[in-house]
Amino acid sequence: MSATDLSPALKPKTAAPESRDKGGPAQPLVIVKDLQKHFPVRGGILGRTQAMVQAVDGVSFEVKKGETLGIVGESGCGKSTTARLLIGLIEKDKGEIIFDGQGLGETLSLKDLRKDVQMVFQDSYASLNPRLTIEDSVAFGAKVQGLDDPNGRARSLMARVGLDPDRFAHRYPHELSGGQRQRVNIARALAMSPRLVVLDEAVSALDKSVEAQVLNLLSDLRREFGLTYIFISHDLNVVRYISDRILVMYLGEVVEVAPVDSIWQEQAHPYTRSLFSAMPSMDPDSRTQEPPLAGDPPNPIDPPKGCRFHTRCRFASEVCKTRVPKLMGLPGNAEHLAACHLHDATSGHPKAGQGVPQ
Amino acid sequence: MTKLLDIQNLTLRFKGKRTVHAINDVSLSMEQGETLALLGESGSGKSVTLKALLGLLPPKRTEIEGKIEVNGTDVLSLSGKKLQKYRGGEVSMVFQEPALALDPVYTVGHQIAESVMRHKGVSKADAMSTALDMLDRVRIPSANRRLHNYPHELSGGMRQRVMIALALACRPRLLLADEPTTALDATVQIQILLLLRELQKEFGMGVIFVTHDIGVAVEISERVAVMYAGQIVEEGTTSEIIKSAKHPYTQGLLAANLHDVERGARLNAIPGAPPSLETKPDACSFAPRCAHATAECRAALPPVFTPAPRRRVACVMAEPAIAAQ
Repeated sequence: MSATDLSPALKPKTAAPESRDKGGPAQPLVIVKDLQKHFPVRGGILGRTQAMVQAVDGVSFEVKKGETLGIVGESGCGKSTTARLLIGLIEKDKGEIIFDGQGLGETLSLKDLRKDVQMVFQDSYASLNPRLTIEDSVAFGAKVQGLDDPNGRARSLMARVGLDPDRFAHRYPHELSGGQRQRVNIARALAMSPRLVVLDEAVSALDKSVEAQVLNLLSDLRREFGLTYIFISHDLNVVRYISDRILVMYLGEVVEVAPVDSIWQEQAHPYTRSLFSAMPSMDPDSRTQEPPLAGDPPNPIDPPKGCRFHTRCRFASEVCKTRVPKLMGLPGNAEHLAACHLHDATSGHPKAGQGVPQ
Repeated sequence: MTKLLDIQNLTLRFKGKRTVHAINDVSLSMEQGETLALLGESGSGKSVTLKALLGLLPPKRTEIEGKIEVNGTDVLSLSGKKLQKYRGGEVSMVFQEPALALDPVYTVGHQIAESVMRHKGVSKADAMSTALDMLDRVRIPSANRRLHNYPHELSGGMRQRVMIALALACRPRLLLADEPTTALDATVQIQILLLLRELQKEFGMGVIFVTHDIGVAVEISERVAVMYAGQIVEEGTTSEIIKSAKHPYTQGLLAANLHDVERGARLNAIPGAPPSLETKPDACSFAPRCAHATAECRAALPPVFTPAPRRRVACVMAEPAIAAQ
C-alpha cells in the first residue's frame, strides 16, 4: 500500500514533513543536555527519603533528523528512564531537552511536544486500554489533540501496519496476538503524525519470526513518513540492524556513542567491549570460553565513585576510582565518543592514550 | 546403557472450554550426559514437554498418550511417593523466573537443605553443609553469608545460580532448564550459560535446555530439536542445525536472528503467526506460512526424513536435497 491510499486527513502532514521543520536539516531534532533524574527511595515509619536511585545522571546526546539512534545497556542503566524523560512521562530534575530548536518547558509545551514525539512500549498488552476497541485506541490521541477525522486516520493507519480495519477495528486488545497488538501500538503512535518515535524494547517481547516482521514494518514506516527513531533494546543484533548510531549506557551515564559501523569495528569503552563479547557466538565450533564480565551491575542507589564501571573493569587504575572520565571523541574519529581514561592522554591512567588493550 | 530419555509418540491435549493440542506425536531420545536444546517460539510446546517430563501438568485437564521413559522409569505411571522421589531426585528443573520459583519466606540455604533432607534422608546440619557446597559450586561469592540470605536480598543472576544449586543438590541425572537466562542481562546470561556448561561436565548429567534464542542454544547444547506447533520439525547436532538447516521454519528462525544480516536490508521474515492448535494438525502446520508450500503439504502430514543417524527433518522439501547429495 502506498501513501496515496491514506486517508485525506493524514496526507498533508505526512506528504510535507518539511513544513513542520523549524530549524532546518542541520538542526538536530533532539538535543539532550545534562539530563538528570534521581528517584527517592522512601522507607521507615515516617516514609522519609532514605536514598536516591541515580537513574539518569548527566546524560547528553543529540538525535539528527531522520536518523535512528539505538540505545543499549543492561537493565537498570537508565535507558527507559531516559526515554520517559524525553517524552515528558516523568519530570526531569535537571537538564535541558531541546526539540528542533525549541526548549521543552520554555518555548515548547508538553502538549505540543507530544504531537511530535510518540512512544511504543515493550508490553503491548499493558499499554493498551482493555476496554477500548482497537480503532478507539488508535484514534484516542488524535481526538485529544483535536486533529481532524481521528477515526479515518485510525483505520488507514491500521491498514498500513498490516491489520485489516474491517476485521480488526472492533476487536479488543485481548483478542489479538502479541505481534498484532504491537502493530496497534505502532499505529497509535503514528496516528499523531509524530516526527520522533521512541521505541522502548518494542520488539523484545515478540517471537523471533514476528520480530522480523515488525522490524521490516518499522523500516518501511520510517522511510514513508520521514520518521526519526530512538530505538531502545538489549539485543545488539536488533540495534545494529535498525540503527545509524548507537549509544551505550551504564548505570545512568553515557559511556560511548558512535556510528554503528565504527562501534562494530572497534568498541572504545571496555564496558561496550564486554557487552559485545557477551553476545552468544552463533558458531558451534568457537563457543564463548570466558564470561567477559563477572557479577551483576552495581546498585544505582550507590554507584561507584569516579568511573562507574571501575569495579568491573579489567583495566581500572587509581585514577578511575577518583575521577569521572569525560565523554570525548576518539583521536582520528571525532564521531566516535567514549568516556574512558584510556583514551585521554592527559588522564593520568598508566596506559592512557593507547586505546583499550586487547 | 539405558537411554537417559526416551519419549515415544507423545501426544498431549488440554481439555476445558476449548481443546488445545499442545503436543502432537513427539518422539525424542537422549543419551546419558547429552545437552539438548529445545528451540521454538511461544506456544510451540517446549515448556509443556518439560512439564510433562516432571508430571507437573494438571491431571484432570490433561490427556496424555504415548510413553515417556527416563533412565528406564516410566514417568507417566508414577504417582504419590514415587513421583515425589523422582522429581528433584532423578530429574529436576530450573525455571525462567527464579524470583517466583524460590520461596520468599525461607532463606536460600534452608530451601536447598530441605530438598536434600527429603531426598537423601540426612540430618539438617549435613544438608546445610551440602547446601553450602552447592552454593560454592555455582560460584556464588562468600557462599557462607549467602546461605542465610532470603531470595529478595539477591540479584537476578545470583537467584538463578541459587535455583541451579537447588536443582542440582540431589545430583539428578537429567536437568530441565526452562528459559533460565531469558530474564537476565546479556552479560549475566553468558555467565550462567558457561556455568551450566561446566556443571554439566562436572556432574555428567543430561540437560534439556528450552530456549527461543538460537544463539543461546549454540552456546549451551550439542544437539538441537526445533519445535513448531507441538511437533519436532527438525533435529540434529548443533552444527548441523546452524550450518545446514533443512526445514524452512528453521531456516526462517536462523534468518530472524539478524546475526549477519546486512544493515537496513529487508529481513526475510516468516509471514503470519503460529496456528492456534484448536484442532489436531492433519497437514504440515507450517504450510500456511511457508514460501515453498505445495498442495502436498496441505493434504497430509509431512514425511519425516532421516538423512543421517539421529538427524531428522519433517518436510517434503528435504527429500530432493538428499537425492542431490
